[in-house]
Amino acid sequence: MIDVLYFAWVRERIGLPKEQVETSAVTVADLVEELKQREARYEAAFADVTALRVAVDQKLADFDAPLAGVREVAFFPPMTGG
Amino acid sequence: MAVRVQTEPFDLGVELQTFGQGRSDIGAQVSFTGIVRDDSGSLDHMLIEHYPGMTQSAIAEIEAEAVARWSLCDSLIIHRYGPLKPGEQIMMVATAAPHRADAFSAAEFLMDYLKSRAPFWKKEVSASGTTWVAAKADDEDALSRW
Repeated sequence: MIDVLYFAWVRERIGLPKEQVETSAVTVADLVEELKQREARYEAAFADVTALRVAVDQKLADFDAPLAGVREVAFFPPMTGG
Repeated sequence: MAVRVQTEPFDLGVELQTFGQGRSDIGAQVSFTGIVRDDSGSLDHMLIEHYPGMTQSAIAEIEAEAVARWSLCDSLIIHRYGPLKPGEQIMMVATAAPHRADAFSAAEFLMDYLKSRAPFWKKEVSASGTTWVAAKADDEDALSRW
């Protein structure tokens, strides 16, 4: 089980801030593909992953990051702090 | 070195007065304050969202990088989240160093990194609707100079 979190418009498009996902995905990109198969709202949120950023266990990561032993994955648009 | 992520406003005067107090090795102090700007004239408020589990550690990591690169005596970063009205302070950065070059550079570095690497997102809320503020290519480019 992995906790999957969504922020900003990704959260709005998917319609929830957090969910637990049972997955055998090897990488973040595999997880994205799995989620996209679920429903149109996931497909819409993940349509262009170049517009998204990902954090794995609360650290910025790449989409090819492995998921072995990972507890939390978060998807969000590029950050706008400051 | 301190990082605070909060909804409450902060008193810039009090913060700067307390910052670096009692130390005799500081010769320069620089501060930056980010304020909610209303470009369209119709902004009701800005809603700032963040990633609670990650924000503090991401900012602390950026701060540690600044400490490694410049000769800093102290630094302070305060970033607010939640609904903020035009004119309200969003965040502040303060740096203290023996000399001004380090204080200025470190403050700019912190700002550039907070902009694109600290997990905050801004949404503009006006009478006509809501818009997520998009990151600018310039913001990402700004990181390459460091």
